[in-house]
Amino acid sequence: MTEVSLSQVVKRYGQLEVVHAIDLEIRHSEFVVLVGPSGCGKSTTLRMIAGLEEISGGTIKIGDKVVNKLAPRDRNISMVFQNYALYPHMTVRDNLGFGLKIAKHPESEIQNRVEEAAEILGLGMLMDRLPAALSGGQRQRVAMGRAIVRNPDVFLFDEPLSNLDAKLRVQMRTEIKKLHKRVNNTIVYVTHDQVEAMTLADRIVIMRDGHIEQVGTPLEVFDHPVNTFVASFIGSPPMNQLEGKVVDGGKSGLQITLADNILIPVPKRSKNRVSVGQDITVGIRPDDLTPVGHGMKEDGETVSFDLTVSISEPLGTETILFSSIGAKEVQGKMLNPRPIELDERLTFNLAMDRVHLFDAASGQNVLGDANG
Amino acid sequence: MSTQTKAIISWIVTFIVMLIITMPGLWVILSGFRPLQEILAKPAIWIPQRLTLDNFYAIFGIGETQIAIPVLAYFRNSIIIATTSTAIAIIVGISGGYAFARYRFKFKDTLFLGLMLSRTVPGIALSLPVFIVWARLGWIDTQFGLILVYVALNVPFTIWLIDGFFRQIPKELAEAAEVDGCTRWQAFWKIEFPLAKSGIASAGIFAFLTSWNEFALASNLTRSTNSKTLPVGLTDFIAQFTTDWAGMCAMAFIIIVPALILTFLVQKHLIAGLTFGGVKG
Ligand SMILES: Nc1ncnc2c1ncn2[C@@H]1O[C@H](COP(=O)(O)OP(=O)(O)OP(=O)(O)O)[C@@H](O)[C@H]1O
Ligand SMILES: [Mg+2]
Repeated sequence: MTEVSLSQVVKRYGQLEVVHAIDLEIRHSEFVVLVGPSGCGKSTTLRMIAGLEEISGGTIKIGDKVVNKLAPRDRNISMVFQNYALYPHMTVRDNLGFGLKIAKHPESEIQNRVEEAAEILGLGMLMDRLPAALSGGQRQRVAMGRAIVRNPDVFLFDEPLSNLDAKLRVQMRTEIKKLHKRVNNTIVYVTHDQVEAMTLADRIVIMRDGHIEQVGTPLEVFDHPVNTFVASFIGSPPMNQLEGKVVDGGKSGLQITLADNILIPVPKRSKNRVSVGQDITVGIRPDDLTPVGHGMKEDGETVSFDLTVSISEPLGTETILFSSIGAKEVQGKMLNPRPIELDERLTFNLAMDRVHLFDAASGQNVLGDANG
Repeated sequence: MSTQTKAIISWIVTFIVMLIITMPGLWVILSGFRPLQEILAKPAIWIPQRLTLDNFYAIFGIGETQIAIPVLAYFRNSIIIATTSTAIAIIVGISGGYAFARYRFKFKDTLFLGLMLSRTVPGIALSLPVFIVWARLGWIDTQFGLILVYVALNVPFTIWLIDGFFRQIPKELAEAAEVDGCTRWQAFWKIEFPLAKSGIASAGIFAFLTSWNEFALASNLTRSTNSKTLPVGLTDFIAQFTTDWAGMCAMAFIIIVPALILTFLVQKHLIAGLTFGGVKG
């Protein structure tokens, strides 16, 4: 059983603190993805787990062993680097077998395990080539092969796909997922691509500026983002965020005014969490803003208003519609699309049971993160 | 047709340039195999009439014309001094270059600049102070004294060159090796050192040639067969009234040959560009 646990882990470079006392529990054989914008401390966190970066405070445990002071070699981990870091002077075969050779495994065993890994990753033809003679995707496979050959407790991946072209990235993404199913080791995976995070992760860890903003399954962070940052980071196209104010609508209860005189009711579930006069950021996923007759489900509570569509991007099964409320651009989605004319005015349904309300000042979700 | 003409012209130009560059060296080597009369003949004899090994026999004291010059002792001194000082300069260069390339420490930049600045002082300007200090310490006319001078002369250069090669090696390679189970030390020897080999070889050959050919300092600090090196030994041919040009050229040939052989042996390292296929291009 190999859990990885970080408690109050801090990283400082001189005066500069780049990771601020983070806590994270990673379960056995879990696939955890660290995601966040550039410079938020993902790599640093991963490298601290690997032992390549000393920690300035806190405790890191792998299994039930505190590894704060252990060298990378004593942590039984393996790592895939962003630039792959294949040994340029060794053939693919030697690259794969290097770790086992260092650990002084018998020659025949090394050979078997290398062949097995090569088999899994389809490297058979390439075994006697040097890394310089491989394509990007092939190098990536070798790097993964080198990681799995040693069958470590924990795999660490630092943006392993970011150097591949879009098509190959999607393909390798699937392969990594298959690989995890097969080997079932604990994986910590770093990326700044939220699609990669959503598709791969058992749980996503969203980081910003050295803090962890939210931890949860892909659906949890998608459906219940704790703040506007997570809301805007997860999901593609990104969530629309509109400025509004809570007003007392008399008989119709609390309402929120948006630009262009659009009025939406405060959903029942958050009645007690907002007060009149409060500035609110209303988060609307494009999926929940759909032209009448072109939505996913239209049974819940909805609000309708007209918008002028300025641009439409047909994607086949759906079309992304660009419009604006006030000065703010908003995106909606049209399922079962039909051709859209230039500046066509459409009536949109807003699915109120899926609207997110954030306090404008703090950015926190007023619904809390537990209930929807 | 015109490309062919161009090729021919460029060959001719190359040939002339190479001739100009190599002429003095070739003339020295040729003269080593010619009798003195022919070298000094007036008008000059351009095409050698007779090639002979007499000059070499004379140097080594074989045959009738004896020039009592202890070439073997000089050769031995040169070999010992050049190889030892090169080995030390390389070891210091690897450690220093690696430290500069990989670690952060106080006064790093100042130290590096200081090393480089020391290269701007011409060696000969130091010969008098070095002579005085060495004389006090009793290191005049010792191999050790000269080795120390050459190490000091070469170390800034080897550090600088090797530092540059280590810098080109992504530090992720050593990190990957550490994750793969290596100690810091193993990661260095198994990954970083082999990749920097060509740089180290280049630094080595330069250090060796500097020590092998150095004359000014050696002529000040050596006296006898204890420590005199081949370049200093050349002056033995200059007597008060005559100079044995033929013998001198023969000895120059003896000096050049090992340097040439060594250069040929390591030249594939000198030109081998490192291919960092291991990381993304
Ligand atoms: N050696 C260092 N000295 C000082 N600051 C550093 C050092 N290494 C990283 N940092 C800083 O630490 C912060 C986190 O860096 P890190 O590499 O972990 O970011 P990241 O989340 O992996 O970003 P990216 O997606 O660009 O890889 C950054 O602000 C970076 O500038
Ligand atoms: Mg990074």
